[in-house]
This record gives sequence, C-alpha cells and structure tokens, in this order.
Amino acid sequence: MKVLCGIGGSDDSLRALERTVDRAAVADDELTVAVVENPNADADVDEVTKRAEEAIAEAGIDAEVRRVEGDPGSRLVDIAEREGFDEIVLGGGRTSPMGKITIGPIAEFVLLNSMTSVTLVR
Amino acid sequence: MNDRRYPETAADRFEPPPIAFVDRKDREIEIRAYDGSEGAEEALVSMYTAFDPSDRAQGIPPGGEPRIRTWLEAILTDDCLNVIAWCDDEVAGHATLVPDDDAYELAIFVHQTYQEAGIGTRLIRGLLGHGQAEGIEKVWLTVERWNRAAVSLYEKIGFETSNAESFELEMALRLNESEAEG
Repeated sequence: MKVLCGIGGSDDSLRALERTVDRAAVADDELTVAVVENPNADADVDEVTKRAEEAIAEAGIDAEVRRVEGDPGSRLVDIAEREGFDEIVLGGGRTSPMGKITIGPIAEFVLLNSMTSVTLVR
Repeated sequence: MNDRRYPETAADRFEPPPIAFVDRKDREIEIRAYDGSEGAEEALVSMYTAFDPSDRAQGIPPGGEPRIRTWLEAILTDDCLNVIAWCDDEVAGHATLVPDDDAYELAIFVHQTYQEAGIGTRLIRGLLGHGQAEGIEKVWLTVERWNRAAVSLYEKIGFETSNAESFELEMALRLNESEAEG
C-alpha cells in the first residue's frame, strides 16, 4: 500500500510516525513521511525531519522523508490525491487532562476534505 | 492552550455541597463531595459501566470496566475535585474538576436513568460551589457544538465561549477573582 504519513512534531504525530514505520516494515508499505509546519508543535521542522529519518533507519526500511511547506492540511490532501496514495496517516489528537480527545485543525481539515482514506493513530 | 479567554468578572456564588433535593421524578437526591472511600469509587464504576455509550463525549467515559477504572483513578486523585449526585447508594451523576496548568477542566455525566430531572444543573452548581470554596479561579470545558442542551446549561451558569474554531466548542468561567489582580 502507498502510505502518506503527515507529521508536524506534536506528540500524537510522533506516535503516528512510529506506528506507521513499524507497520510499513511488516506490511512492506511504500511509505512517504511528509514533514509539515505545525505552529502548535513544540519541535521544529529540522528536529522532526531528523526523528523521521532515524525511525526509518531503525526499522531498516526504505522510505522518503519530504518537507512540505504551506498550509499543512490542504497540502497533504493535495499530495495524496495527485500522487495516488492509498492512505493518509495522522496523529489522533491531543488528550486533555480529563481524558477528552481533541483533534487538531490539520486532522480536521484532512478528514473533511480527503478523497483518500485517513487513519488517525490513537 | 494557555491563551484561553476567560470572562472578566467572576461568576455568582454557588452553594457548596452537601445539597439535598427532590428531583422532577420525585426521587430524593443528595449531592456530596467525593469522600475518597472505596464504596464511592465502586459506585462510580457501576454508574459508568452501565452508562449509554451514545452519551460519550470526546472519548469519555471510556468503554469497558478496565478502561473505566484507569480513567477514574486518574481523576479521583487529591488534586482533582469530584462531586457525586447520590440516589440512596446509587450514583445518579458525577462532576469533576481536573487541574490543567493554571486552570481546571470540567466534565459532568448524568446516568441515562436520571437525565432530564434537574439533576445536572444542581450537580454542576454543586461542583462549582465546591470549587469556589477551594479557591479555584478559572474553569474551562469543551462541548460538542450540536449539544444545544448542554451549551445552554453552561451559558445559563455563566460560561462564555472561549474558542469556537474547532469541532468542539470551548467555554470558560471565572469562579473567583484572581488574587494577583485583586
């Protein structure tokens, strides 16, 4: 399967990265990790790119890490549709102190606009 | 999340628990602060295991007893404030304030058997009375925007919308004047 994993550096996006890389190793997915600019994330783009490259090297798979500039949600949807991806994988949102799940604006945009299947990793 | 806007003035005074009343279906209900007893915790577990999942809000209460116990353990700690509406030894509803940086996040659940009987309004007022007595300044919550009944209850109590840009509406209330600002 051709998988596009979009990450911006939030904790949930890094969990999605790990899960997607692990799955790609088992399922032999053709994986592209898109590093987007998430203004709400603590980590910057260089750090996130490095994390992605390390995770890929550790899993021993062959995957592309691509930096994506501009509005993250719309860029991810656009790339997935133009390049024929089968699935977009994103972080599943933050959990409040109470335990309530809140999904961020990137996932919200992708969910409402994507013609490609979307997986949110919890 | 720290740029949340709060109302400038503090809310009215709310009566702290214990509060006893008869609900609209003639049941005797008493609202009391959670006492940390095992009996109260087990009664909460029973309420949530029998809770209709269609009334879940953003993943809580979780499904299945093990997840319910884990979730309750996290919010029944000493730094959280919990208030229970009792009908004899059965839990009719539960409301909680969980610390989050300089504020508290609020959630309230009323079991389906006890809904639409005026218990929720009393319960949330009891929780806020408890919070005021404990000196809590700021409270926030999220609510699904299509849940008009809940939104109008929160508005009636004094909550104001602090963020309307995502799926869930975020609302905030000032319980006590801030000490720093007098």
